[in-house]
Amino acid sequence: MATTRHRRLMRGGLALLAALWAASPHAAQRAPLPAPAGATACSGCHAPAGNGPVPGLAGRPAAEIAAAMAAFRSGERPATVMDRIAKGFSDEEARAIAEWIAAGP
Amino acid sequence: MAGLAAGTAALAAPRVLAQAPPHVAVVGGGFAGASASRALKRQGTDIRVTLVESKARYAACPFSNAVLAGLRDLDAQYFGYDGMKRDGIDVVAASATAIDAEARRLRLDDGSDLAFDRLILAPGIDLMLDAIPGYGASGAEVMPHAWQAGEQTALLRRQLEAMDDGGLVVIAAPANPFRCPPGPYERASLVAHYLKAHKPRSKLLILDAKDSFSKQRLFEEAWEELYPGLIEWVSLSFGGRVTEVDAATKTLTTEFGSHQAAVANVIPPQRAGAIAAAAGVADRTGWCPIDPVTFESRLRPGIHVIGDAAIAGAMPKSAFSANAQAKACAAAVATLLAGGQPAAPKLINTCYSLAAPDYGISIAGVYEPREGLLAEVAGAGGVSPLDAPADVRASEAVYAEAWFDTITGEVFG
Repeated sequence: MATTRHRRLMRGGLALLAALWAASPHAAQRAPLPAPAGATACSGCHAPAGNGPVPGLAGRPAAEIAAAMAAFRSGERPATVMDRIAKGFSDEEARAIAEWIAAGP
Repeated sequence: MAGLAAGTAALAAPRVLAQAPPHVAVVGGGFAGASASRALKRQGTDIRVTLVESKARYAACPFSNAVLAGLRDLDAQYFGYDGMKRDGIDVVAASATAIDAEARRLRLDDGSDLAFDRLILAPGIDLMLDAIPGYGASGAEVMPHAWQAGEQTALLRRQLEAMDDGGLVVIAAPANPFRCPPGPYERASLVAHYLKAHKPRSKLLILDAKDSFSKQRLFEEAWEELYPGLIEWVSLSFGGRVTEVDAATKTLTTEFGSHQAAVANVIPPQRAGAIAAAAGVADRTGWCPIDPVTFESRLRPGIHVIGDAAIAGAMPKSAFSANAQAKACAAAVATLLAGGQPAAPKLINTCYSLAAPDYGISIAGVYEPREGLLAEVAGAGGVSPLDAPADVRASEAVYAEAWFDTITGEVFG
């Protein structure tokens, strides 16, 4: 319950922020949305195209990325490093990252 | 007329100022500086970026241990700046010699000045060659450090190739903090891999200025399994710290005795690249204290420090860290230039090491600002499991190489 409310609050916050940015006179020059905490680190291993052994993330739906992070965190999905990394992010943080990636920055 | 012109100019000035894009200068074209330059251009805001780097090509350290072992060409370690130029980054082939933080100006070694709104300093490390008596710049030509990749890597490789079977290879490892904490032990592993195949009567001795090291149990497990009896590690407590060297005889002296090497790799103590001290952003430790949200220097406002030179709390000095910090710093700088308040970042590090070409191990961590430093997020991160099956080690070796390809593509491609 609290989690859902939290999520909604955060989404509301992001929407408000986006509206503020859009309202700025320099909107055209501004980034669409700042990357949420942790999001920009992913591309250190995950190339956009992802042709190699590490899967690419571009074009994947947010729900899929968030679900993968949850499964890595719980240990349900085996991994070499993603299990260790996913434990550093809450559901809310993982979802924000997933939505940012899915939006194709 | 003059009055009218002046009046027009005065009226026009604020508009012109408002439209002129802010200018960020980045000093240093390694993983940190090159990543930051690109990330600034990709913020979506109009920022003019100048990258100051004297070398035409960057020699990457990750995977240079594989070059030493003959598993990889040195050419594969070099990366240029054409991609950055294509992104609209102004790449200036010069060295920064002085920085005036208050005037926000940078002096270059070609005599020119560069004004900036904010400066990102990514000078990497300076090797303190004179910290070990008998070593120095001339000692490094005989007992290479190979801790900045390039010619030094080639020199150490040639020495290993020329060594007779049965020779003693010595690696002198420094105390913390230093660039790439698992690096000396990956190097020992891959050199052992080469020796085992080509010079099986040889031995490798690690003389260490500390009592423990990164991924230690994993490395020791791998050495036992892959190179039994070949590698000996001497810790600080057992006399591992090298106090003096004699380059003429390749002798390394410790508090407990001396060792004559056939090939000696001396990795000296380190500090932030020299420009950091010149700019006043290095403290008495030789490294640069920073704000963990913006990477802005604690000593000189307007200058941000990223990568190996920064005191990044729990984050190790690695290429992955440098890249992650660069992207977080670029976002913070863009926000600051737009008059905003940067949000607290979260950072990730993942460092792979090869114990053999098909045997990879890793350490990972997630970090966030806490009490003024970048601290580890509890419950996350850690190292690869001990006693893992061969296919896990093999897949981490594959991921290690994939990481190198991906990150160098993102940074330099």
